[in-house]
Amino acid sequence: MTSVHTPSVALSKYRDQHFKGSRHEQERLLRLTSTLYIGNLSFYTTEEQIHELFSRCGDIRRIVMGLDKFKKTPCGFCFVEYYTRDDAESAMRYINGTRLDDRIVRVDWDAGFVEGRQYGRGKSGGQVRDEYRQDHDLGRGGYGKMVQMGQLGANMRDS
Amino acid sequence: MNRRRAYEDDGDFYGERTRKRRRVSENQEMEERLETLILRVGENSSSSLESNLEGLVSVLESDLGNFRSKILRILSECPIKMPEKCTIYSTMVGLMNAKNYNFGGEFVDHMVKTFKESLKQCRWDAARYALRFLSDLVNCHVISTNSLLQLLDNMVDAANEDSVPQVRRDWYVFAVLSTLPWVGRELYEKKESALENLLVRIEVFLNKRTKKHHNSLRVWSVDAPHPQEEYLDCLWAQIRKLRQDNWAEKHIPRPYLAFDSVLCEALQHNLPLIHPPPHQDSFEYPMPWVVYRMFDYTDCPAGPILPGAHSIERFLIEEHLHSIIESHHWERKDCAANLLNLSYKDKIPLEYCIVEVIFAELFKMPTPRYLDICYGSILIELCKLQPSKMPQVLAQATEILFMRIDSMNTSCFDRFANWFSYHLSNFQFRWSWDDWDSCLLLEPEHPRPKFIEEVLLKCLRLSYHDRFKEMMPETYSKLLPKPPMPTYKYTMDGAASLPGTATAHKLVVAIRQKCTPEDVLNELKDLPNPRETSENDMVESTFNPLKIDVFVQTLLNLGSKSFSHTFAAISKFHLVFKSLAETEEAQICILHNVFELWVNHQQMMVVIIDKLLKTQIVECSAVATWVFSKEMVGEFTKMYLWEILHLTIKKMNQHVTKLSKELSDAKERLDRNAESSSSESEEETAAAGADAAATPQRRRKKPIGDNSDKPTEEQVERMEEKLEAAYVDQKRLFLIIFQRFIMILSEHLVKCDTDGRDYDTDWYRWTVGRLQQVFMMHHEQVKKYSSTLESLLFTSDIDPHILDVFHQFTALRS
Repeated sequence: MTSVHTPSVALSKYRDQHFKGSRHEQERLLRLTSTLYIGNLSFYTTEEQIHELFSRCGDIRRIVMGLDKFKKTPCGFCFVEYYTRDDAESAMRYINGTRLDDRIVRVDWDAGFVEGRQYGRGKSGGQVRDEYRQDHDLGRGGYGKMVQMGQLGANMRDS
Repeated sequence: MNRRRAYEDDGDFYGERTRKRRRVSENQEMEERLETLILRVGENSSSSLESNLEGLVSVLESDLGNFRSKILRILSECPIKMPEKCTIYSTMVGLMNAKNYNFGGEFVDHMVKTFKESLKQCRWDAARYALRFLSDLVNCHVISTNSLLQLLDNMVDAANEDSVPQVRRDWYVFAVLSTLPWVGRELYEKKESALENLLVRIEVFLNKRTKKHHNSLRVWSVDAPHPQEEYLDCLWAQIRKLRQDNWAEKHIPRPYLAFDSVLCEALQHNLPLIHPPPHQDSFEYPMPWVVYRMFDYTDCPAGPILPGAHSIERFLIEEHLHSIIESHHWERKDCAANLLNLSYKDKIPLEYCIVEVIFAELFKMPTPRYLDICYGSILIELCKLQPSKMPQVLAQATEILFMRIDSMNTSCFDRFANWFSYHLSNFQFRWSWDDWDSCLLLEPEHPRPKFIEEVLLKCLRLSYHDRFKEMMPETYSKLLPKPPMPTYKYTMDGAASLPGTATAHKLVVAIRQKCTPEDVLNELKDLPNPRETSENDMVESTFNPLKIDVFVQTLLNLGSKSFSHTFAAISKFHLVFKSLAETEEAQICILHNVFELWVNHQQMMVVIIDKLLKTQIVECSAVATWVFSKEMVGEFTKMYLWEILHLTIKKMNQHVTKLSKELSDAKERLDRNAESSSSESEEETAAAGADAAATPQRRRKKPIGDNSDKPTEEQVERMEEKLEAAYVDQKRLFLIIFQRFIMILSEHLVKCDTDGRDYDTDWYRWTVGRLQQVFMMHHEQVKKYSSTLESLLFTSDIDPHILDVFHQFTALRS
């Protein structure tokens, strides 16, 4: 089935700053890739849950769970690779912005998994966004790391 | 010329329309403005539709000089792309014809050409909308009633041809009937007897036609409370009722009525003589369908009334909603917004109509148009946009579906269970389970408790076990799935007496110490082969079920932490798998051991077997045989087992499709290079066009003179051989499956007959349902082997109940 380019499958504004290659090359890959980045997962969301939901858009080639760099435990993101671009587009159209494990998940294009990209890039080992956020998110370890370490005021730690 | 900075070029690789247009010439600007004006006419505007139309028509009049062909093209495309605006465009053409007779004539010719082209290219919806537009032009005094009636008669002639597929004949009648709501009144007023003759001819046709396919398309096997009408029967009933009402039709907006005084002065054109293009074997016609109904006016609360099943309004509304889904299924938010924004939304119970149409698509037989999750996500968007009404209507629909699930066909049962679990997962799994607890008194194989059990299993996959234990009422505990843990016998009670335990424990140690596959084979070496205890020592020495048992269960238990761990384990010890599983029997043994270990984690079994197929450790035929094996009798009516069978069939189908595509690409490249190598761009486009027809996704990017990847004759021959071999495998797979079905069903029927019991048990219904599901889900591939199946398996001596399923399947395309 030939797909049609509509807003749901357009590239987002995010570009991987660690990408080895030009901006142009990254965008070329993003337009051809069948790999998706899935964000805003709970730390407790399992590969099994991800597999069940995303299989509804097509045959999955593999899932790579995002891990805390030090603890090697899931830190709230993953990559889902399909065999075809069409299937990945379906996930962009029908899963992005819906719920998995009670959380609204974000689905975005990824230029392709490379060893090392499964690790969080935040100083504390998780994702960067968990370093700085100030809200309390039970599914993502509570307060953001900076808040937890008291840098944004001790009173914020009172729940 | 392009002064834009580099970064503005990125983002939209595909989107021509969203890129800023370069101001190349004033003419192009004008054209684009005209196009937009025409496309958007009738949409939200502060002035009345009539004044908009008048204004636009005079603009077009004055631009005819420069933009004649563009205007002709857009005006003929719009009613096809936006069929709900048909009457707006016919009014425009009517007004232009009134002022300019020649333009009218040119337009009619253009439209006729468009109509004939779409028939030749098998674009059936486009053809129907074109026919409708031509009919509406009669209402605008552009075309004469006589010549339209002649065209409609010629189309009914096509319905009476001999030796053509019934689906062709049906379509021609359907096209004529679906045009009558627009032009019926006019024909009745001007040419009543000719209209009557046409209808009589149609009635005769309808009475003669066979509807063998009907049963396989039904969602429910019973007709209470709503009959599952065959589509032509339903439309005919609706047209008859319209005729009874003297063709007074109030739903379609008719802007031309306001311009009657102008239009009736216009001179009409006669359509040229149009004959439908004759049937060719390559032509594929739309498959028949049933009209899905789940609501009637008693289901809707006080407010606008739901039009009756045989009212023409119902047909028009449903057609409109289906076409919105068709146009917007790529963007679920737009789809939901458009569905809720019908111009006549205050005149009908809109949410009910929408929900009914969406479930109609989800439950469509043989297969839905779009992915199940497309419909699921659109329903979620609708709930977001209408939180005060939509969720309640959806809950009511779910109740209705659950109440009638006893007679729902198996394919739809699966889709309903999958949809419901997905939907719940977006709403914290909240549901009034207590309301359904009467089903707990029923036999476990009864559709109602089975539905709940399967829904819970699917919800479990999307969630986790403890969550469900808390959530479900105590009464449901017997339906609650078990915690999805492996059952590894070598560390359970009683392990000491098993023959493989010692080896299993040694294997665990070895694997944990990162041993090689060869080490593993060594560990297994000394295990005795239980098959060698018989006198027959012609036993296949490589097939040792004990080795397989110890290895498979131990390895997979070690990898039980997650899918990734399991896949890594399979990958690392691929060699061991391959050497232990050389025969089909051995492969079935592997599958059985996967089952033994993971009997409580269905999802894990599904992904493991998928992986074993992908890594070619087991063959498709082994999986099929295993599904029907004695060991799996207790699992036979569970959804996951059929999930496994269908993914197996799909893999085989994909394999065949892939080889077939590669072969046709290679042949085409070979032919192309055999011709002269000079750069003829027409050749390139023709080849690309022909190729595009077969494989729409390919784009030709190589220059024609490029011989670097030209295949040789031998390579193409080898590809042909590979494809032939794949066809043989595929046919064999279907034969195995259908033969097994016939065997177990016949056995059951005979046994019930001898014992004097009723054959119509839950098991029987599930099994027939699964047989039907194989035909329906894979009909595209199965139809290739229809004649083989007919001559080898579905022969006249087979029980008629079983034979019937096969005949309904072949009737889909006859």
